[in-house]
Amino acid sequence: MWEQIRANKRNSILLLMLMAAVLGLLGWFIGSAVSPDPMAGIFGLVVALIVWMILAMVSFSSGDAIFLAASKATPVTKSVHPQLFNVVEEMAIAAQLPMPKIYIINDPAPNAFATGRSPQSASLAVTAGLLGRLSRDELQGVVGHEMSHILHRDILFVTIAGVMLGAITLLSEIFLRSMFYSSMGRRYSSRGSRGGQAQAIMLVIAIIAAILAPIMATLLYFALSRRREYLADAGSARLTRYPEGLASALEKISQNTTPLAVANKVTAPMYIVNPLQKEGMKLSDLTSTHPPISQRVKILRGMAGASFADYSDAFKTATKHTTPIPSSAIKEETIQIRSASQQPPISAKNQHRNIGDIMQRTASFSFVNCSCGLKLKIPPNFKAGEVQCPRCGQMLTI
Amino acid sequence: MGILLILIVIVVLLVVFVIGIYNALVRLRNQVTNAWSQIDVQLKRRHDLIPNLIETVKGYMQHERGTLEAVTNARSQAMGAKGVAETAKAEGVLGRALSKFLLTVEAYPDLKANQNFLALQEELSSTENKIAFSRQAYNDQVLFYNNKIQMFPSNIIAGMFNFAKSDFFEIEDAAEKAVPKVSFGN
Repeated sequence: MWEQIRANKRNSILLLMLMAAVLGLLGWFIGSAVSPDPMAGIFGLVVALIVWMILAMVSFSSGDAIFLAASKATPVTKSVHPQLFNVVEEMAIAAQLPMPKIYIINDPAPNAFATGRSPQSASLAVTAGLLGRLSRDELQGVVGHEMSHILHRDILFVTIAGVMLGAITLLSEIFLRSMFYSSMGRRYSSRGSRGGQAQAIMLVIAIIAAILAPIMATLLYFALSRRREYLADAGSARLTRYPEGLASALEKISQNTTPLAVANKVTAPMYIVNPLQKEGMKLSDLTSTHPPISQRVKILRGMAGASFADYSDAFKTATKHTTPIPSSAIKEETIQIRSASQQPPISAKNQHRNIGDIMQRTASFSFVNCSCGLKLKIPPNFKAGEVQCPRCGQMLTI
Repeated sequence: MGILLILIVIVVLLVVFVIGIYNALVRLRNQVTNAWSQIDVQLKRRHDLIPNLIETVKGYMQHERGTLEAVTNARSQAMGAKGVAETAKAEGVLGRALSKFLLTVEAYPDLKANQNFLALQEELSSTENKIAFSRQAYNDQVLFYNNKIQMFPSNIIAGMFNFAKSDFFEIEDAAEKAVPKVSFGN
C-alpha cells in the first residue's frame, strides 16, 4: 500500500499546483477583461495566487472542519451509539491506526465519509440513516471502507481538492454574475476601437474560462476519486475479513431514494456512495464520482478470500478491466473470509424507529425507560427533573 | 602504521554496524511488547465484562448453571495464566466457553430483550473482535522480530545480547480463528 500512499501524497501536491495554474489563468483573464491596462492582467494573476495561497493554507489547516461543518456533522460521545464506537475502534485496531474523531450527521439518508489531514487527525462521519439501517457486519464494512480511506491517505487529497474546487467554482460564479448584472457594453464602447476590441476578446475568453475552469476542475477531481473507491472497498474487505458485510451495506444504501440534504457537488466524492446520483442511471460517463454500486457489490461478492489479491481477481472477472490494486499490495497472503455474526434482519419499522432514536440522541435528547415498558424521549430544553409516564402515570426522574 | 590505521577503521565500522543491528533488534522487541500490551488491554476488558454478564443473566438462566460455571472457571484460569503460550491456551478455552454460553442465550427471549444484557453483549462481542484484530497485528510483529533474530548476520548479535524468540499468540482450534460468532438481538 505504500505505493498508493506515496501516489496520494504526490497527487495532492500535483493537484495544488494544477489548481494554482487554473486559478492564476482565471485571475489573469478576468483582470484583462475588466481593464485594457496590461497591469490589470498581472494584478488579477497576483490576486488569484494570493487567494490560492490562503486557500491552500486553509484547506491544510482546517479543511476537515469546513467539510464537517458543511455537512452539519455533530461530534458524539460513546453513549450516543456504543456500537458505532466499538466498530470504529475494531477497525482502527485492524488498520493499526489511532482512533478517529466520530461524528453523526442527523440525516435519514444513509451515507458516510472520512476527512482530515493525517491519520492522527482524522474524522469519521456517518449519517443517522446509515446507523439505523445497517446490521453490525454491514456497519463494520462501511467503517472499514472509511478507515481504508484514512489508511491510504485519500482524506488529505480529497480535502484539499474539495476546498480548491469549491473556491474555483465560487470565483467563477462571482465573475459571471457580476458580468451578468453590470451593463457589459458600457466599458468597451467608450474606449478607442483597438483597445476595445482586444478587451472584448479578453472578455469572451474570460467568460469561457470562467465557465470551463470549474468543469475541468470537477472532471479531474471526479476521475481521481473512482479508483480510490475500489481500493477502499478492497481495503475494507481485508480489514473486516468479511466482504459480504460491505456488499450488503452498499445494496441497502443504494435502495434508499431520499437524497442526502447536506451533500453538494463539492462534498459528493467524499461519501461512500454518491449522495446526489440515483443508481440505475448509466454512470459510465465522466461526471460520476463513484463506480456503479451494482459493480462494486458484484466484485465484493466474487471474492474467494479477503486479501487484496482476491479483490483483484474478482475485479478482473467482474469488469474485464485491469485491476485498480497496485502491484505492491498484491502479495502472498491468504486471508480467510470469516463467518457472519448471527443477527436477525432488522424490520423496516424498526429501522425507522432506530433512525429516529439516533437522530434524537444526537440532538441530545435523553431517554427514560419506564417500568411499564414505555420509552420516553425527553427533548434537551425540558428542564424539569421529573416527568410523568403517560401510560401508567408513574413519576420518573430524568 | 598504515595497517594499524586500517585495523582501527575496520573496528570502528564493525562497532557502528553492531550498534545499528542491536538498535534495530531493540526496536523490534519493543514493538512486539507494545503489540502484546494492546492484546492485554482487550483481554483484561473481557475479564472485567464477564462478572457483570453473569450477574445480569443469573436470574434468567437458572437451568444453565453448568455453562455459567464453565465461563467463570475459564475466566479465573485465563486471569492466572502467565506468558504468551499459556495465556493463548487459557484464552482459547475462555473464548469457546463464551461462544457456547452465547449460543444458549438464544433459548431465552426475555434475556434477549433485556437492554442491560444487550449492551453487555455488544461490548463483549466487540472485545472479541478487538482481540482477534490485535492478535493479527501482534503476530505480524512477532514474525518480523523472529525473522530478524534468526537471519544472518543479525542472529550473531541477537545471540551475543540474548534476544529471545517471541511466541505467537495462537488459538489452536481452527473454528476459533475466525472472529467468534456472536449474535445480536435487536
